[in-house]
Amino acid sequence: MSNVIKHPKDFWTGVMFLAVGLSAVFIGRDYAMGTAARMGPAYFPTVLGGLLSVIGGIAIFRSFKRVGDPIEKFHLKPLLIVLAAVVLFGVLMRGAGLAPAAVVLIMVSAFASAQFKWHEALLLALGMAGFAVLVFVKLLGLPLAVFGPWLQF
Amino acid sequence: MELLSNLGLGLETAFTLTNLLYCLLGVFVGTAVGVLPGLGPVATIAMLLPVTFGLPPISSLIMLSGIYYGAQYGGSTTAILVNLPGEPSSVVTAIDGYQMALKGQAGKALATAALGSFFAGTVATVLLALFAPPLADLALKFGPAEYFSLMVLGLVGSVVLASGSLLHAIGMVLVGLLLGLAGTDVNSGVPRYTFDIPELAEGINFVIVAMGMFGIGEIVRNLEHEQTRDLVMKKVSGLMLGKDDFKRIVAPVLRGTFLGSALGILPGGGAMLASFAAYSIEKKVSKNSAQFGQGAIEGVAAPESANNAGAQTSFIPMLTLGIPSNPVMALMIGAMIIQGIQPGPAVMTEQPALFWGLIASMWIGNVFLVVLNLPLIGLWVKMITVPYHRLFPAILMFCAIGVFSLNSSQFDIYLMALFGLFGYVCAKLNCEAAPMLLGFIIGPMMEEYLRRALILSKSDPMVFVQRPISAVMLALAVLALVAVLSPTLRKKREEAFHEE
Repeated sequence: MSNVIKHPKDFWTGVMFLAVGLSAVFIGRDYAMGTAARMGPAYFPTVLGGLLSVIGGIAIFRSFKRVGDPIEKFHLKPLLIVLAAVVLFGVLMRGAGLAPAAVVLIMVSAFASAQFKWHEALLLALGMAGFAVLVFVKLLGLPLAVFGPWLQF
Repeated sequence: MELLSNLGLGLETAFTLTNLLYCLLGVFVGTAVGVLPGLGPVATIAMLLPVTFGLPPISSLIMLSGIYYGAQYGGSTTAILVNLPGEPSSVVTAIDGYQMALKGQAGKALATAALGSFFAGTVATVLLALFAPPLADLALKFGPAEYFSLMVLGLVGSVVLASGSLLHAIGMVLVGLLLGLAGTDVNSGVPRYTFDIPELAEGINFVIVAMGMFGIGEIVRNLEHEQTRDLVMKKVSGLMLGKDDFKRIVAPVLRGTFLGSALGILPGGGAMLASFAAYSIEKKVSKNSAQFGQGAIEGVAAPESANNAGAQTSFIPMLTLGIPSNPVMALMIGAMIIQGIQPGPAVMTEQPALFWGLIASMWIGNVFLVVLNLPLIGLWVKMITVPYHRLFPAILMFCAIGVFSLNSSQFDIYLMALFGLFGYVCAKLNCEAAPMLLGFIIGPMMEEYLRRALILSKSDPMVFVQRPISAVMLALAVLALVAVLSPTLRKKREEAFHEE
């Protein structure tokens, strides 16, 4: 990080707040502002967005003055694997059904751990998928297909 | 005695077989959640919310609240036996509890934690029964201006009592408020911040936010440094306390209970703050303060009583005002809305069986917890050693199924993944998720009350300071902010959260 930014956490938090705040204000311009007595849909979010931008600005400004710890390393491997597992579940749930989606979710996500072992993950996946079918579909009666349309022949 | 007849009604409701079973289930799951690593009550309650849809309202609330206070019991077990707090509210318990375990006094520490918690839970239940009705009566007189100011005070409280940077906490509240506004505006029917995505037309479901930030985000952070958990001892024995031990813990338990009950009511308060404050105060006033850090039984008794008392009194603002003081209470409000109950002061008068039944169930739950935690300690000891790499895929699965079952929508799952990513980034930037979630829940209500207050006052903003109750609350909010910004108090606040 450059020498100007002494407090990277404050700096990037400020950038985040500023981005969210300003987009709230800008997107809000499409909606009616109204008056204080008859507030339009834009009124409250614009005020909040403005406040958030100010807070973000202060955080950025402060990051040039105060010294702070660097941001901890991002562990991309577990992050991406876990997110991918969740997204895959979403992709599979409708079409393939609960059982396959749960097996894939558990197999893929288990891979995020340093202690990953194939046979263990497979056993866990089958066991948990069976448990989920039992509890959510049979016991609680949620309207979830165990095997979806993709797997019906 | 109105109180007695009310409690009678409550006990009658809570003592039906179904409700007893749900109470037991709740505290059992709660203890498990407290014992298991990397799974907290927020994520668990969020996961179970969709499931509670089919239950009767009272059973659902009894079970969900059991998870919250049950987790306080379970969290201490892990803290004492493996020096890893199962819950943030047990962080300080680990300091002396683990030292006691190293000296072979694990049984004593566990018994102290359980009995202290039980005493605190009983007192907190009585306090809840005593203070909730007058507060609800007062709240019935509230107009929109009072509610708006109350929410401002609540949000300021959550900022002041958040453990990290003040500026970050304020920003996170605002981010939460804004996210809460996404969706169709109730007054004009205009879709706001929906990016033309039909799934966003009804706004973002808070279960998705809670599971993303507290479930997925937390899992990824735990995976960064996987720890193996080594038990101090394979078998726990000596669960009895001697006469001397009792003498030593009476005062700390009383102080912890009192402090915890008081801090639990505060907005932003609850179990975690209560335990930290109780430990640091006990360390100052105790006769045995020299032993603190080396296995002082007082250092277990005070924070464990405090966190349980705080967990229970944090229901007071939720039940009487309909305002959440921490993320768990925000989820409880969500649970009520799912059941078609509008949280607020009217709940007590319109649904007395539900209101008093829930309160009575807490005391019953505490009795269950003592039984679960002392004689059945062996079961929990086994659970402590479940390795995380076998646990987290299962948690992930429950999160995914829970979110999908809300609306049978894949979009919700992708959104949860997105909030998981956001939660992880926030954690890296020292931005806490709790104030954001509170803002998220309060956002739409706050806008509505602001609107109504200004319509009633014919757009005169002075209405907020002219009405006495509203003015007092705003003054308190300003005072709290000013106080926390003053250099001396600021230092104290930082110290309080770094007790180690």
